[in-house]
Amino acid sequence: MAALNPADAHEVRAIVGEAMAAGATLAVEGGGSKRGLGRPVAATHTLSLVRLDGIIDYAPSELVLTARAGTALSVIEALLAQHGQHLAFEPPDTSAQLGPGAPTLGGLVACNLAGPRRLRAGACRDHVLGIEAVTGFAEIVKAGGKVVKNVTGYDLPKLFAGSFGTLGVMTAITMKVLPRPEKTRTVLVFGLDGAAAGSLMIELARGPLDVSALAYVPRAVAARSAVGYVAGAGSSVLAARLEGPPRSVLARTEAARARLGAHAPVEELHGHNSAALWREIGFGALLAAPASRPVWRLGVPPADGAAALRALEQAGAEGYLDAAGGTLWAAAEEPVPVHDLAARHGGTAMLVRAPAEARARMPVFAPQAPALAALERRVKQAFDPKGVFEPGRRVEGV
Amino acid sequence: MPAPDLAVLARRAALVARLRSLVPGEGVIADEVGLRAYDCDGLTAYRQVPLAVVLPERTEQVSAVLRFCQSEGVKVVPRGAGTGLSGGALPLTDGIVLGLGKFNRILEVDAANRCAVVQPGVTNLSVSQAAAPHGLYYAPDPSSQIACTIGGNVAENSGGVHCLKYGVTATNLLGVELVLMDGTVVRLGGKAGDAGGYDLLGVVTGSEGLLGVVTEATVRLLPAPATARALLLGFTTSADAARCVAAVIAAGIVPAGMEMMDKPAIDATEAFCHPGYPMDAGAILIVELDGHAVEVDELVERVATIARDGGATTVRASADEDERLLFWKGRKSAFPAVGRITPDYLCMDGTIPRARVAEVLERMTALAAARGLRVANVFHAGDGNLHPLILYDANEPGQLEAAEALGADILKLCVEVGGVLTGEHGVGIEKRDLMGTMFSDADLAQQQRLKCAFDPDGLANPGKVFPTLHRCAELGRMHVHEGQLKFAHLPRF
Repeated sequence: MAALNPADAHEVRAIVGEAMAAGATLAVEGGGSKRGLGRPVAATHTLSLVRLDGIIDYAPSELVLTARAGTALSVIEALLAQHGQHLAFEPPDTSAQLGPGAPTLGGLVACNLAGPRRLRAGACRDHVLGIEAVTGFAEIVKAGGKVVKNVTGYDLPKLFAGSFGTLGVMTAITMKVLPRPEKTRTVLVFGLDGAAAGSLMIELARGPLDVSALAYVPRAVAARSAVGYVAGAGSSVLAARLEGPPRSVLARTEAARARLGAHAPVEELHGHNSAALWREIGFGALLAAPASRPVWRLGVPPADGAAALRALEQAGAEGYLDAAGGTLWAAAEEPVPVHDLAARHGGTAMLVRAPAEARARMPVFAPQAPALAALERRVKQAFDPKGVFEPGRRVEGV
Repeated sequence: MPAPDLAVLARRAALVARLRSLVPGEGVIADEVGLRAYDCDGLTAYRQVPLAVVLPERTEQVSAVLRFCQSEGVKVVPRGAGTGLSGGALPLTDGIVLGLGKFNRILEVDAANRCAVVQPGVTNLSVSQAAAPHGLYYAPDPSSQIACTIGGNVAENSGGVHCLKYGVTATNLLGVELVLMDGTVVRLGGKAGDAGGYDLLGVVTGSEGLLGVVTEATVRLLPAPATARALLLGFTTSADAARCVAAVIAAGIVPAGMEMMDKPAIDATEAFCHPGYPMDAGAILIVELDGHAVEVDELVERVATIARDGGATTVRASADEDERLLFWKGRKSAFPAVGRITPDYLCMDGTIPRARVAEVLERMTALAAARGLRVANVFHAGDGNLHPLILYDANEPGQLEAAEALGADILKLCVEVGGVLTGEHGVGIEKRDLMGTMFSDADLAQQQRLKCAFDPDGLANPGKVFPTLHRCAELGRMHVHEGQLKFAHLPRF
């Protein structure tokens, strides 16, 4: 298999055109960190975007950054940090689940991944303002813009976010960025059962404390944390994160402790410990071992999270809740019917990690209603009529 | 607009009879007087009486009507409350208007899941009113929120004064039930996140009625902020005010809202409702901070300091809720106030990078002078979303044309400085012919291919958004670039 390393959008376009003419198919790759996500792809060639690298435009007072799609996420995050800003949806660290590889902006957007702050700041797709991409018509198209408010034409940036590269090759992306919180505190509450934790998370998410992340980790899972306060608790842990200007964070932390301390023992994490805990929570790292075990992410209505977790546990899985109950991470061996279980709780599931053989055999994404599946096929056709990009990544045979 | 289909016009009586059988009772309007009420939306300069108006009450009726229209080749223009400002709901002579006004129920306020399930004809404000007893509210708040509907908000991806911090409709929309032109009903998104699949919800939001008809929406509700305070800041020039906006953002503060008014707008509103704006100011900013009381007080102080350092001639922080509402009173009545000083005005809607605001305002004044017109500015400065109001008199020959030409000048200027044609009003017919200033033919062809996936016969609101109509078969054939560009150094297949 030849390595294809285009240096700009025009070269990408030439490669796509030639691939179409030759009947070839392309797997599109940045740092390769998310190759294990989705269904296994059987493409004849791999198109690497590592040379499509570099920040194109960044003006901190505009809260907007444009970079080429192959730019390493670490480079973008470091530049933003220098100016007291960040990607507010908290790009998760996938390495514990999916292995090494330097994540790129393009890969992050293509998989639409967000971390615990999604509760407050929204998903990755909410922060993608504009794209340039090469379609399966071998054309360079742009959509969206470099400003936050824009309804000029269809929102293709959102469509490409989470498309797993199946609609085209993104070559440049404009992201909305936001000021970093000046201060962070995480309040821990120990020993609650799932139902009590679920109710408490609903109350906190509805309340005035402006919580930026809310998770509940049962005892056995908490014991695997790298954060001593969590691993050594010997009980379940509910975690609530407060962020913002210093005086506000301290006042809200005090209010949260007063409210939560009425239920159970509380503790407080600062700085490094707080960051480490939310990194573990953000992409299922607490369930990473043993590596042979399939790991799932479920999206459910938040108020159903605790019940869905209990149902999974009863089926022999283990897991924990993020996003105030709206996201459920589960490690479940094969007989556990995770898709059915998610559907019964009003949500959907995605198989996040499993060997390629299992991902080819098991449904990775939730089954769709026939009318919706047909519409999605027509959308794929509208961008990639010859099926050049990422064959099989989302849907078998498409 | 697309050439009227004479065969459809000739069959009008038969089509109306069939539509009546699909939506019985008062569900079809076909008389001259009744149709007049639907001949325009908020862009009143353009009017057209439709073939008929159909007012369904249930999703099955919407499905049946769309399926029928597709089989008969009849165009469909969806309509909410008709408050849109870009002509998106302008009828077609050979098409029906599908009014969603009878879909006016709030189906559920689900406080535990922080969302509401509503029908598309529900007004924006009534969602927040229904959520208020639960301590929740719906964040997008367009100026027309008392009248405009959620369905229209989805179609235009509406914003409002608070979207700087809380996002636009797309950020706050969790799911829809959508009926396609062939009558198919699909559900996109819902109360649960991470549904997988393509983000069709994201594409439908802001699609201006060109992809299908929304018959139900699930919207995100947010906890009502514990406190809100506003600052009224006066500056000698618009340029000083614009620099203050950038300085606040650069200091890491994202206010709930940050609105600017220039001298003509200040004068008009002060005369209209006496909000107590500083009359010596060339521009004012209203900056709202919300959240925990400690945080709000801290940020009010910080913004006040930034403003003083930036040469503000007036710095007033609201001491109580009455004063906060007084600051907003002028801003919220700015459009009617401007309406009192001019027989007619056009409201424009471009978004530009914040750093270019001062320059664009200056150049806009010059462009207006060149056309013999005046402009008043009332806008969402925090996110660079301009709303220039072009003052004119439709009874003076040539003034409407001059005002429209100035509008085009201004929007081209927005694109030239790196902005976009529309921030929250939509392209509609108003900005349709300017799409080429922002997008290439390839960009627009790809957007239309997406439309074809939803509406292969091009019957959903045709003539809006896209300057040139292409048949779907023609768009699908455009494989013209294969092998055209050869890069000798690249590996071959």
